[in-house]
Amino acid sequence: MIKFEWLKTQPLLWIILVAALMMLVLSFASPYFMTLGNMTNLTKQVSIVAILAAGQAIVIISGGIDLSVGSVLALSAVTIGWLIEQGIDPKIATVAGLAMGTFMGWINGMVITRGKIPPFIATLGMLGIARGMALVITKGVSYQVLEPMFLYIGNSKVLGLPIPLYFVVVVFGVVMVMMHMTVFGRHVYAIGGDERVARLEGIPVDRQKVKIYALSGFLAAVAAVVMVGRLAATPPSVAQGTELQAIAAVIIGGISFVGGRGLVITALVGAFIMAMITNGLNILGISSFYQQVLIGIVIIVAVWLDNLKSSAQ
Amino acid sequence: MATTTPLVEMHHISKHFGGIQALSDAHLDLYLGEVLGVLGHNGAGKSTLIKILAGAETANEGSIFIDGHEAHISDPNDARRHGIETIYQELALCGNLHAPANVFMGRELHKWGFLRKRAMKDEADKALSRLNIRIPSLDAEVQSMSGGQRQCISIGRAVHFDTKILIMDEPTAALGMEESKKVMDLIVELKRQGLGIIWISHDIHEVYNFTDRITILNGGRNVITAPTRDFTQDQIVSMIISGRPIKTVAAEG
Ligand SMILES: Nc1ncnc2c1ncn2[C@@H]1O[C@H](COP(=O)(O)OP(=O)(O)OP(=O)(O)O)[C@@H](O)[C@H]1O
Ligand SMILES: [Mg+2]
Repeated sequence: MIKFEWLKTQPLLWIILVAALMMLVLSFASPYFMTLGNMTNLTKQVSIVAILAAGQAIVIISGGIDLSVGSVLALSAVTIGWLIEQGIDPKIATVAGLAMGTFMGWINGMVITRGKIPPFIATLGMLGIARGMALVITKGVSYQVLEPMFLYIGNSKVLGLPIPLYFVVVVFGVVMVMMHMTVFGRHVYAIGGDERVARLEGIPVDRQKVKIYALSGFLAAVAAVVMVGRLAATPPSVAQGTELQAIAAVIIGGISFVGGRGLVITALVGAFIMAMITNGLNILGISSFYQQVLIGIVIIVAVWLDNLKSSAQ
Repeated sequence: MATTTPLVEMHHISKHFGGIQALSDAHLDLYLGEVLGVLGHNGAGKSTLIKILAGAETANEGSIFIDGHEAHISDPNDARRHGIETIYQELALCGNLHAPANVFMGRELHKWGFLRKRAMKDEADKALSRLNIRIPSLDAEVQSMSGGQRQCISIGRAVHFDTKILIMDEPTAALGMEESKKVMDLIVELKRQGLGIIWISHDIHEVYNFTDRITILNGGRNVITAPTRDFTQDQIVSMIISGRPIKTVAAEG
């Protein structure tokens, strides 16, 4: 048991081991799992949730939650689609989409800090607002986006790897540097650890929180760019419920829901585990109805293991 | 002493929390190079008074003067700019962070926003070794440490920066004898350097031996402010309990 005790203090190694074990089991269960085609598929599936999970990891480490990312993603995607439909240059449309996501996140931050509304409620409200706005802008229709730039993002490979994977790598690289090496990141951990203390020690808590939620909104918009590339369209109903998948990825990765603890990279592994569950069950021909049940169980087990870990410390 | 400008003057301070009147028309003054003991029963308003000076609470009424100039202290950074450092009764440490992160919280050393972890660790090490603090490791989460070790980190932080006014709210409450002695020695040293120190404590012996003057609060009001040795320990205790000043020959003279 000594080895197990030690493993519990190594959050990253622990979660990677779980992921590796799943890969092993799935590759035995189906010869198709480990094929190049399926792996490419899996990385594409994982990219959206992974990018959202990076933002969600920041928010959850700060002791908050962002339920609006799925809707903000849709609103950003729709902004891009609508502007391109109006004949605007796709690059400008993309910048506008990114600005829209950031702005929505900024509003979340302002409502939470100035309005003293708990993050759960504020972002739940935004979940409805952003989705509604996406529907209003498009009147419910989906625009086709056949711009080469987006087709390239959605379908091309560089060095044998799909483009969305590069988005994921860059996003996680940047977020990890921010969270583990900068003053901002240190403040996020302090706020998540004890907000009252952070205030007493002169951390500009409100300003940092606004940045945190704006960043989450921005990353939702980055995910929207990838999504538009993959779908070659901007349906306003896109990405419903992905916020829950992103939160699940963060929790499965082992980032504490209470805030203040956890490594950002584990959220990426968490996203891969989620994608493997979906992908593996698809390959095995198990109904998607069961997938939801299983993911629910995995989330609860992950938190239960996390409790065991913290009580062992 | 009364001829020089006080380092700190707090005038007519009132503060209420909803229906609870924590302070009514309270006063406090502190001079260079002195230790002022603030005494009073539990809930007398001691912590609230010093939190107002530290920028952790804002007064409903009253004014604060630093070096004779009115100071508007509305948040902890304002207080820090005036050289005010505080050791809070509840310590104000983030349990999820290690000691260096706590020492530098809110004023991290950085280059273009990137943490200078090495430098902070070295400086934190220096700050803590000044107090001979034995902590298991600078990388350990503060949460895993004993109450006394945490208190030492909090003290180390307060004296590390360019401090002019040091507020200590029951700083030795969780300390062992040896560590208490270290803190006392440090206070004597800091006093010699010309700091003004506000010291809240329930330990009457400590107060009697180490403070120059005392201010007693009762129910949010001042009872008396006087040189400590105008009274005996018993007289001080009785004023804390009764909330009424005692007339002595020394106090009248
Ligand atoms: N944040 C707060 N909210 C509501 N009431 C408060 C708050 N802080 C202090 N009080 C009240 O104000 C009064 C003074 O409290 P304070 O903490 O200043 O007392 P104290 O003299 O430091 O006591 P102790 O010796 O127990 O530390 C108490 O009645 C307390 O209940
Ligand atoms: Mg107190």
